[in-house]
Amino acid sequence: MITLRKDLDLIANLVEDNSKVIDIGCGNGELLNFLNKNKNSKIQGLEINQKKVNKCVSKGLSVIQGDADKDLGLYPEKSFDYVILSQTIQATLEPKKILTELTRIGKRVIVSIPNFGFWKVRLDLLIKGKMPITSKLNSTWFETENIHLCTISDFTDLCDQLNLKIKQTVTIASNKQKRFSGKPNKSENIFAEEAIFLIQN
Amino acid sequence: MNEEHKKNDCLFYNDPESLLLESGQIINGHDIAYKTYGTLNSKKDNAILICHALSGDQYVASLHPITKKEGWWERMVGKDKPIDTSRFFVICINVLGGCMGSTGPASINPETNKVFAVNFPIITIADMVKAQVRLIDNLGIEELVSVIGGSMGGMQALEWAASYPERLKSAIPIATSSRHTAQNIAFHELGRQAIMADINWNAGNYKDQNTNPSKGLSIARMTAHVTYLSEASLTKKFGRKLQDKTDLGFGFDADFQIESYLRHQGHTFVDRFDANSYLYITRAMDYFDLEKTHKKSLTEIYANSNLKFLIVSFTGDWLYPTSENLMIVRALSAGGVDVSFVEIESDKGHDAFLLDEPEFDVCLDGFLKSL
Repeated sequence: MITLRKDLDLIANLVEDNSKVIDIGCGNGELLNFLNKNKNSKIQGLEINQKKVNKCVSKGLSVIQGDADKDLGLYPEKSFDYVILSQTIQATLEPKKILTELTRIGKRVIVSIPNFGFWKVRLDLLIKGKMPITSKLNSTWFETENIHLCTISDFTDLCDQLNLKIKQTVTIASNKQKRFSGKPNKSENIFAEEAIFLIQN
Repeated sequence: MNEEHKKNDCLFYNDPESLLLESGQIINGHDIAYKTYGTLNSKKDNAILICHALSGDQYVASLHPITKKEGWWERMVGKDKPIDTSRFFVICINVLGGCMGSTGPASINPETNKVFAVNFPIITIADMVKAQVRLIDNLGIEELVSVIGGSMGGMQALEWAASYPERLKSAIPIATSSRHTAQNIAFHELGRQAIMADINWNAGNYKDQNTNPSKGLSIARMTAHVTYLSEASLTKKFGRKLQDKTDLGFGFDADFQIESYLRHQGHTFVDRFDANSYLYITRAMDYFDLEKTHKKSLTEIYANSNLKFLIVSFTGDWLYPTSENLMIVRALSAGGVDVSFVEIESDKGHDAFLLDEPEFDVCLDGFLKSL
């Protein structure tokens, strides 16, 4: 049995067995490998960093080099049971367009985000007056890839605007998770460090 | 010639059936020369076909009978190597139109008892593959674990996957393209013109006269060889270094090492390659255009194929650059096909697929193990 990083484990739990899955921004393929071996998923990965792609392929994972901002248009409608975008949407150029594309190519979409509304983030900005640095957001403002950070409320608002239905939410704070059917409680926007959304349209 | 190959454990398949070519012409019976490595298991489900490139042949992992050099992909094929012969039964076939035992323009036309020369019909990549399928049938193999090839070998792999997807578990086209570009055709035309401009070519009938258009073929090889390298690799290997000289010779001898190297490449090539074969095979590559042959878009050709693809390109390859390989990757993705794609960092040019690139080995090894 492979052990997974906590947030990836929670994502994997949302995926039904024997599904066709694409992981956008799959990194070194940790989640794909798990889904392939433990959930019998038919997997495909898209990763912008060629070195990481090569690593995935050398592990026998089906991964191609590509850019979420440019290449999602390639895939036919509803060609995957699940489209996973883990901790990546905040690093894309056009999150709204991407979310629309994800729901076009996938029957279900799983998106995880670092919550910029988390109280420690708010406190950093309020007290120090500086861009927050936390365990999830650990780069300086000038080095970070996260150009479109958002809070849980921001994200659920965008889903509303796009008429996307959030079926389930899992929030994480100091390694404890909470599950919500549909959107999370308002207070999660302060107490959760990350959130995972299962979206269906 | 074929007796020579037989001495080298080369196998022959005398295909008695007529072969209808893409051009509409027919070859009435032909020979296919091939080599195998490893053992075919009782279920006959462990075979891999390796397709060779323009100047390659069936001697993929064994001593070449003419050059006495090791096989052209010896570092990839063998026991405990990525294409592991203790697991796989590896087949490598000299292409139809080739000159290492398979029927080609240098063979005797049984109808006239004369060398075919330019009376040999024009063949295409699809025709080469059709002949390979016949051999695979004859060996009783229903499904290949993979068909693997670089450059023209990659074109054959793409054609296999397009026309015979049910016969494959996977395909690995390397440093290749779904159609020849204007630049690709241009370089081949240079080579062909060099051969045909050689007075010894004699409209293709040089065998009868016991001559050989060696100069022309050698220039063709020199031109082509430059396209397989890169500026970086040429600079690194030769720079402006002089050959056995301390100063310029003020003449037209090979002053520079690069000149001497190219001349050597040209000379050794004519010993092992038939000039007419070179014309026919470059033509087959120029005619290669999957979308035209299959009258469908690349995406439609492969849509919903059940086989796995691994596409490989090299950063320093300007002959079949990453962009050409990516076109195939995109078409496969759009068709919902299981595809992996790696681009290997290398400054060795197109030839990188034949050379020492450890990251490439690891990717190929991982992919084959996942099958």
